[in-house]
Amino acid sequence: MARVVVDPITRIEGHLRIEAQVDGGKVSDAWSSGTMFRGIEMIVRNRDPREVWLWTQRICAVCTMVHALASVRAVENALDIEVPNNARLVRNLISSTQYIQDHIVHFYHLHALDWVDITGALKADPAKTSQLAQSISEWPKSSTTYFKGVQDRVKKLVESRQLSLFTSGYWGHPAYRLPPEADLMAVAHYLEALEFQRDFIRIHAVLGGKNPHLQSYLVGGMATSLDPNEPQAPLNPERIDFLVEVAQTAKTFVDQVLIPDVLAVAGFYKDWFSLGEGPGNYLSYGAFPQGGIKDTARYFLPRGFILNNDLSKVYPVDPGKVAEYVTHSWYEYAEGDQVSKTPAEGETSPKYTGPKPPFEFLEVDKKYSWLKAPRYDDHVMEVGPLSRMLVAYASGHAEVKAAVDGVLAHFKAPPTALFSTLGRIAARALETQLLANHIVGWIEELRENMNRGDLRIHNGDKWDPSTWPSSARGYGLFEAPRGSLGHWVEIENELVKNYQIVVPSTWNAGPRDAKGQRGPYETALLKTPLADPERPLEILRTVHSFDPCLACAVHVVDARGRTRAHREI
Amino acid sequence: MLRSSLPEALRSRGVSRRRFIDFCSAMVATLALPERYLAAVADALNRTDRPVLVWLEFQDCAGNTESMLRSDDPPVADVVLELLSWEYHETIMAGAGKQAEAALKRVVEQEAGKYIAVVEGAVPTADGGVYCTIAGRTALDIAREVCTHAAATIAVGACAWDGGLVRSAPNPTGAVGLQEAVPGIKVVNLGGCPHNVANTAAVIVHYLTFHQMPALDQYNRPLFAYGRLIHDQCERRAHYDAGQFVEEWGDEGSRKGWCLYKMGCKGPDATYNCPTVRWNSGTSWPVKSGHGCIACASHRFWDVMSPFYKPLPKVPGFGVDVTAEEIGWGVVGGVAALTAAHAVASVFRPKEEVPKEDKPA
Ligand code: SF4
Ligand code: SF4
Repeated sequence: MARVVVDPITRIEGHLRIEAQVDGGKVSDAWSSGTMFRGIEMIVRNRDPREVWLWTQRICAVCTMVHALASVRAVENALDIEVPNNARLVRNLISSTQYIQDHIVHFYHLHALDWVDITGALKADPAKTSQLAQSISEWPKSSTTYFKGVQDRVKKLVESRQLSLFTSGYWGHPAYRLPPEADLMAVAHYLEALEFQRDFIRIHAVLGGKNPHLQSYLVGGMATSLDPNEPQAPLNPERIDFLVEVAQTAKTFVDQVLIPDVLAVAGFYKDWFSLGEGPGNYLSYGAFPQGGIKDTARYFLPRGFILNNDLSKVYPVDPGKVAEYVTHSWYEYAEGDQVSKTPAEGETSPKYTGPKPPFEFLEVDKKYSWLKAPRYDDHVMEVGPLSRMLVAYASGHAEVKAAVDGVLAHFKAPPTALFSTLGRIAARALETQLLANHIVGWIEELRENMNRGDLRIHNGDKWDPSTWPSSARGYGLFEAPRGSLGHWVEIENELVKNYQIVVPSTWNAGPRDAKGQRGPYETALLKTPLADPERPLEILRTVHSFDPCLACAVHVVDARGRTRAHREI
Repeated sequence: MLRSSLPEALRSRGVSRRRFIDFCSAMVATLALPERYLAAVADALNRTDRPVLVWLEFQDCAGNTESMLRSDDPPVADVVLELLSWEYHETIMAGAGKQAEAALKRVVEQEAGKYIAVVEGAVPTADGGVYCTIAGRTALDIAREVCTHAAATIAVGACAWDGGLVRSAPNPTGAVGLQEAVPGIKVVNLGGCPHNVANTAAVIVHYLTFHQMPALDQYNRPLFAYGRLIHDQCERRAHYDAGQFVEEWGDEGSRKGWCLYKMGCKGPDATYNCPTVRWNSGTSWPVKSGHGCIACASHRFWDVMSPFYKPLPKVPGFGVDVTAEEIGWGVVGGVAALTAAHAVASVFRPKEEVPKEDKPA
C-alpha cells in the first residue's frame, strides 16, 4: 500500500495535483486537488457588466473565448437582449474554431506523449513508417524521406543530450506499446499539428483581432461589422474568402491526420476501452444555437443529461438544479459544510486549512482542494466531449449516431466501450470532425447574409445602461470544449453586484461532496493499473483524457468584508 | 561538441540558408536594429549552444504559453527544440510530477547563472502563499529559487509584470508581479494580455546575440516594443484626425473602419507595437476587428483603464491636457513624429556596446 503523488500534473492548463492510494499495483483510491486560486468573481464586482467578458475571458486562455461568450450571454439574459443573426453566426464560428484547434492541440500536444514514446521513434524504419502512414491515410506528407527527416531531427535532439520539452518523459516505460513506426509517425504529426493549430487559429485573428483572448465580443452582438462593399470593414468578401480558405484546411487535417492517428493509436491500447470509467452520469448544456438562444431544441449539439450509463433516456436540464458543495474544499459556508448552494445564491468564502507549504501530502480526509464540488440534483456529472457526444447519440442526432457507430464498428466494440479513457479520446476526435464538416458552411451562411444586405451585427437597444432596470439577474450557459460552463450575474444600479461561475473542470476535477461521492477524476482513476508507481504514466492517461483546465476550475472567491472601492478615471 | 545550432538543424531539415537569413532579418526588423547587425545576429545564432530555458507558471491563464505556441517567425517547433533547450514548462513538457520537478532542480543546480527563466502569471503573497502551490511549494518559494539563479529572467504578460488582472482590486490573494515578489533580480518585462510572442522571440534572440537585454524603459520593458503610442501607429488614425468616428456599434462608420475613440478606445493613452507587429502571423489586431484597444500592455491597465467603454476624457502627453476632439492634425502629427524619432534613437544599442566576439566576422 503506497501513496503516489503526481504534482504538478503537466500538459494541462493550470495547477492540478493527484494523490492516489495504490494496492497490489492498482489505484484503490484517489484525490484530485486544484492548487491555485485567483478570485476572479470577486474582482469583477462593481464593474460595468458590459465589460465583464474581457475580465472573465482571462480565467483561461487554453480555452480562450469561452468565458467571454458565457459572460455576454449572462448579461444579455439578464437584460433580455436578443443578438442579431450575424452575431450568432460569428459567435458560432469563433466557438467551432476553438473546438477544432483546442481538441487538436489536446490530442497531439497535451495527450499523445502518454501513448507515444519519443525514443521509440529512433528505432523506426522510415520506409515502413511511410508504408504505415500511406496504409491509413491520403495525407501527402508520408514519404520515406520525410519520415527520415523527422527521425534525424529527433536523433539530433537525443544526441545533443538536451532533450528540451522531452527531457523528463517516462521514456521506455513498459506501458508504452506502439511499434516504433507508429511512434515516428505520431512524432511527425505532433510537429505538424503545432503548425496547423497556429495557422488555423488565424480565423480568430480575423473574427476577434487576436488569439488568445479575442477582443470583439459585445453585450448585444459583436464588433465585427460586415459590409460587401467596404475594404476596411472588419468582415468583407475578401476576409470571408480568407476565412473559407483557412477553414478548409481543418477538414483535410482532421480527416487525414487526426482521425487516422486516433484510430491507429487506440488500436494498440484497446484495454483502455475498459479502464477509466467515470461516474456514469453525463451532462451537456448544448451548443451552437441555430436560431434564438432560447430555442434550445434547435441547438446543433443538444442539451440534456444521462444517468447511470443508460443511453435509452435523455433528461431535460434545469439550470436551477446546479449546486456546489465545499465539504472538502478550502471554503466555508455560513450554514456549514453539509449543505450545497446554487450559483444564484452564491455565498462563499475561501479558507485555507490545508498543510503549511512546503508539504508532502494533503489531508485528504478533510479539505484538500481549491475546487468546489458541483452537483446536478446531487448527481456527480461528467462533462466534456464524451458527454456531448453521448447526449447527442442518445437524443438521436443522425450525424453523431453515424459517426459513433462507425467507430464502434471499427473496433467491434459495444456502446459501453465509450464509458472509458479511450471513449473520451474517440468522442473528442469525432466532435472535431463533426465541426470541421460544418464550419465552412457556417461561413458561407454569413456571406449569404452579407450579400443579401443583412448587415446587422449588434443590437444596441440596451447598450446605454440608463435603459436597464435597477436590478436584474441572468445566466449564460455554453458548452466549452472541455464541457458545461455557466455564468450567473446579478446587476444592480448599472454595476455587477454578484457573479458566479461553474466551469467544466470544476465538474470533472472537483473533490468529494458531503455524501462522500467522489468527483469524476477520482472515480475514473479507480482500478488503474500502475506498472511502475515511481513513474505513474497510467494516471496521466486517464486524467488527461478529460483534458483538465484547472485555472478555469478555481476562480471562485467571495472573501467577506472586502469590497472594491469604485473608482472613476 | 554534439550540440547543434539552429541553422545546422534547419539545414538538416532541408531549410535553406536563405530561410535562416530571412528569420534573422525579421528579428532585426522587430528589434529595430540597423541592418548592419544582421550578420551579428546570424553569427550568434549560428554558433550558440542551445541555452536552457525554463518557463514557470503561477497564477496564470496560460495565455502567454498559448501566445508562444502561435510563434511563426521563428516557427514554434524551432524555438522550443532547436533555438533553446526548453526543459521545464508545465503546460507542454513531457514529464510530470517528480520527474518534472527533478528536471527543474537539475537546471537550477547545474546550469546556475546560465539559463533563461521565463515567468508567466502573478505571485500570490497573502496567507503564506497558499493560493498557488506546485509540488507542495509556494509560487514565491519557487520564483525566488529559480529566478535568482538564472542568467536572465523574462516576465511575460501583464500578471507576471505587475500582477495584472489577479492583482486588480480588491486583490483577494495579495498577488504581485515578479519584480515585486523577488526584489533585486534583473527582470525584463514583456507586458500585454497576453505578451506578443513576436516581441518575446526578438528579446531572446537579442540576448543570444549580444548577451544582454535590449534597451529598456523605466518599467524594464524593451523600448522597441513599448516605446510608441498605439494611436500613432493605428491604421484608423486618419479618421480620428478627420473627425470620423464610430458612434454606435455596427453603424456605417464601423463598416467603413472609422476611429473607435468614442467607443472607448484606449489607443491614445497606450504604448505597444501591437498595430505593427499584429497577432497570429501578423493577421490582425483588435482595432482591425472592430473593437477598441484596452491598453493591455500598459501598467496596471485593468484597474487604470477600466471602464473600457468610457471614452478617454483627455488625451495625455501634450504638456497641457486637451480633449481628443480639440486636437488638430498638426499638433498630433508633430508630437507623433517626435515620439517616433525618440523611439528610433533609443531602441537599439550603440555599436560600442556589442561585445567584441559577437561582431560580424
Ligand atoms: S482612438 Fe483608437 S481607433 Fe482611433 S485612431 Fe486612436 S488608436 Fe486608432
Ligand atoms: S489593441 Fe490594445 S488591448 Fe488590444 S492587444 Fe493591442 S495593445 Fe492590447
